[in-house]
Formats: sequence, structure tokens, C-alpha cells
Amino acid sequence: MAEALNSGDEPAACAELAGDRILELRVTARPKRLRVVRAAVEQAARLVGCSGRVAGDIVIAVDEACQNVIRHAYRGDPDGEIVLDIRSDGECIGIDLIDFAAPVDVASVRPRPIDELRPGGLGTHFIRECMDEVFFGAPPCGAGNRLRMIRRIE
Amino acid sequence: MTHATGFMGEDDVNCEIRDEHGTAVVSLVGDVDLESSPKVRAALLDCVGTRRAVLVEMSGVSYIDSSGVASLVEAFQLARKSKTRFALAAPSDAARRVLELARLDKVFNIYASLAEGLRAPDAEP
Repeated sequence: MAEALNSGDEPAACAELAGDRILELRVTARPKRLRVVRAAVEQAARLVGCSGRVAGDIVIAVDEACQNVIRHAYRGDPDGEIVLDIRSDGECIGIDLIDFAAPVDVASVRPRPIDELRPGGLGTHFIRECMDEVFFGAPPCGAGNRLRMIRRIE
Repeated sequence: MTHATGFMGEDDVNCEIRDEHGTAVVSLVGDVDLESSPKVRAALLDCVGTRRAVLVEMSGVSYIDSSGVASLVEAFQLARKSKTRFALAAPSDAARRVLELARLDKVFNIYASLAEGLRAPDAEP
């Protein structure tokens, strides 16, 4: 079985993301908002020096992570909020994806085996493939979940 | 002869279906994402359901996510059950990257161009 995003049952302790804030974006958990999210994330990644290919990978990861929040954390509640905090220290770009839904069972979030040919279940695999580091971090006060994704700038 | 046999809405993705010598060519243009993939899924399954060969033209796909890939896989599996042809043509860089991530670039028949897909040996009726 593929490894879970987190090594334990609890969100990992995590400090604030390093570096300057590039973008903070707050959207409602609606599929139609994903286009806006993708455009903003791509621009932020290019702004800090990511190549088109790396920026594209970051867009894929963030889009899939937002989908997981919409479908699984908020279970389709269109009024749920998603906050994206994007920062960079010049070497890496870090993204915190924060929601206010009930905490997810972090031990259960893992990619499915990729060699099974079946529709669905690829989102977590995409996130892990596209980013260098992915884990659930302790959410900020009042939030439900925080997914942290980090990618080296190249 | 080519003629349009279907056209779907104009928000995130356009999905045009036409007949090319007995093959249903499904041309996708735009973003295939959580919002729009149900339309794409319905179009693909409809085409495969007619037991015609299906060729999905993807040069205009600006983005495709896991739900879009799931629609392709579902249609591919249905086609395989029905012993009909299902192939992809001219994937954009964005589409190719996601197919690679899903390791589907080795599963689907993928042609470099629509013309190549239409004249491939397995395209014969």
C-alpha cells in the first residue's frame, strides 16, 4: 500500500512558511473557483522564478488539493472557505492550503496504487508527484486542516 | 466527409463531436476540470456507447485534472469491453504531462496528430 502523506496519525507540527508572502487567496469551495485558483497559482509560481513546467506541476498539485477539500473535507458544501497562502524564500515555493472543515484522518490520505487501471483516485498521487514535500500540518487556530506543499524553484 | 454531430456548452470546455469516415472524433478545447469533466465524460460514454471507434483530439486541452483523466479511463474501459477502438490524438503539453503522471501514456494509444490517428491501421473498420 502506498505511504500516507503523513507518517503518523496526527498533523505534523509546523511553523509558518518561510519567506515573503507572494499571495494570499480566499475562495469558496466551489468547482467554478478552481479556474481562478489555477491562474493565480501559476502567476505566483512564475513570479518567484519557476519554469513553465514547474509552475504547471504546482498548478496541478494545488488544483487537486483544492478538489480534495471541496469533495471530501466540505463534502460539496459550496459555502466552505479555502485559504491559500503562498510564500517563497527564493529557493523554494511553499503553499499552505487551509480549510475550516472537520479535521480529516491524516493517516488515511494516501495515493492509490498507480498500476491499477481504474477511474478516479489519482489526485493524491498527482499532488505527491508534482511537489517535493507534502504533509498535513497542524492547522492555524480556528481552521480544520492545513496541507503544506513545497517545491524547489527551478 | 466531415460533419458536426454534436456540440456542448461554452464555459470551461468545448466538446465537439464529428464523424470522420465512421470514427467519432471528439475534440476537446479548454479546461477539463472538476466543473467541466462531467460533460466530457457524458460525451465520451455516449460516443463509445454507439460502438463506433472513438478518437479524442486533445490539442486544444489547456488543462486536464484527475477527474478528466478518470473520464478517459472510464470510456477506455467501456470501449475495451465493447471491443471498439478508443484512442487519443495530438495531446497538448498540458494533457501529455497529466497522462504521464497517471502512467497512462503507456496504456492509451496516443497518436501525434489527428490525421495519424485516423489513418492508423487499427482505425480500419
